[in-house]
Amino acid sequence: MRLEPAGAEALLLVLAEQPQADLPLRLAQLAQRLRTELGSLVTDLVPGWTGLLIHYDLLRCDPQSLAARITPLLEQWLSEQSLPSAGERLHELPVCYDGEDLEAVAQACGLTVAQVVELHAGCEYRVGAIGFAPGFAYLGELDARLALPRRATPRVRVPVGSLAIAERQTAIYPQASPGGWHLIGRCPLRLFDPSRQPPSPFQQGDRVRFVAIDAQAFGRLAGGA
Amino acid sequence: MSLLEVLRPGPLSLLQDAGRQGWQHLGVSPSGVMDLQAAAWANHLLGNPWGTPLLEVCLGGLVLRALGDCQVAVCGAELEIERESVQGRERMPGWSCFTLGDGQILRLGGVRSGVRAYLAVAGGFHAAPVLGSVACQVREGLGGVAGDGQPLRAGDRLPIGQAASVRCAASVPWFYQPDYRGPALLRVIVGGDAVAFAAAELQAFFSRVWQVAAASDRMGMRLDGEPLQAPRRDWSQGIAEGAIQVPPDGQPIILMADRQTMGGYAVLGWLHPLDRARLAQCPAHHPLRFTPVSLGDAQAELREFYRFFGRP
Repeated sequence: MRLEPAGAEALLLVLAEQPQADLPLRLAQLAQRLRTELGSLVTDLVPGWTGLLIHYDLLRCDPQSLAARITPLLEQWLSEQSLPSAGERLHELPVCYDGEDLEAVAQACGLTVAQVVELHAGCEYRVGAIGFAPGFAYLGELDARLALPRRATPRVRVPVGSLAIAERQTAIYPQASPGGWHLIGRCPLRLFDPSRQPPSPFQQGDRVRFVAIDAQAFGRLAGGA
Repeated sequence: MSLLEVLRPGPLSLLQDAGRQGWQHLGVSPSGVMDLQAAAWANHLLGNPWGTPLLEVCLGGLVLRALGDCQVAVCGAELEIERESVQGRERMPGWSCFTLGDGQILRLGGVRSGVRAYLAVAGGFHAAPVLGSVACQVREGLGGVAGDGQPLRAGDRLPIGQAASVRCAASVPWFYQPDYRGPALLRVIVGGDAVAFAAAELQAFFSRVWQVAAASDRMGMRLDGEPLQAPRRDWSQGIAEGAIQVPPDGQPIILMADRQTMGGYAVLGWLHPLDRARLAQCPAHHPLRFTPVSLGDAQAELREFYRFFGRP
């Protein structure tokens, strides 16, 4: 564990060298506590897979005084071993498994398309981090049998709502954007809307399950959204 | 209420402010002005508070018509500033404020040095904030005149807010007006994964002359030069503006205003926040050199800057 400068106005708190299954949820709790306790000293808090980036207000504190405030909160958080299950949220996301890369993924993994869908929809994921783009939630861990490296050449434009996989992660693109992941399906729900509060339904540590739907149901849900 | 009508938008003119704060945990880029110093001076000349919405005019070429009187100031990149009325055309100075009368046209020429000019109006431009800011983030479709992340377009009408004070006839003292022509010497706070770089690689970063790559944009300034050997990093972590990332191809990328919130490449340090302003004014192929600065010195200078310009 270490707390180190990350530029002139941020501190990086590293809690583990490798991601751990229960860390995202615990990190989300720590982030919430830091937000409450540190108030306006902190301008942004970015939880990652293995730690937190704390952007602070240089006119209200310095790295030393901030570290002195964080250390006791961190010690308290570390002493709380048990994981409260209350507050854990589950999102069930409808997806139509008809992505452009689905057959290529099946082939590369030595599986049938049906097996890919079964493996992908068959397990529960956790939001490990949110980043890359607004509302883009990195979900882990994808079944090892579906793990593929990113595409050699990223697509210039991945359509909004695309369900994609890369390595041991899966995600839905909340907006059209460039992207290097393999597209295996589409989700009809709008996953980032700045006019909504909160703009993204996801929080780090949330559980996510995918529910397979057909193209007709997709059209209905997308049209009604 | 006075307003400015866009007759010609130029290649990339954006409504900007101090940026979108408090949404990075959802992956929302802070955005905001690229050149903190020129933008701060433009607002300061007009008595506007810190972070008042203004226009960032990349490469110049913006033409506006005033509907009602207003006070304006243009700071940053060097370009021709012309005020046109029925009486004729008149050249106006940069880094100064002047009045634009009802019906008068303001023309910004192409940039002669630097990249981004900042056009502020007394009272600031008025637009509905998205997630607390009007900063135009094109990639994410957030902010700007209509809130959808679009750059200025011909026909856009920019309402001007109520000016707090009318204080016109001021110029930025000449010794504070930067010269963007020479090679840029940029200060770097060494840190992050710097210890994982071979000592010779770190030394090479500071001794080599780099060039701004043509693929640079508001997200990141890419450097061209003899590649560095970078260590590998696996897991994406939150990342701060000014971070100097070194991807496996060894060509550093310095993260700027429209940066992503998380990154997975090795970081060798961060640009001094005030030197991001200098970098923002470097066009493609401009030569750059780097020199180390201590965290304490950089912070002391940044605090002084914030206090001078009245950052809350």
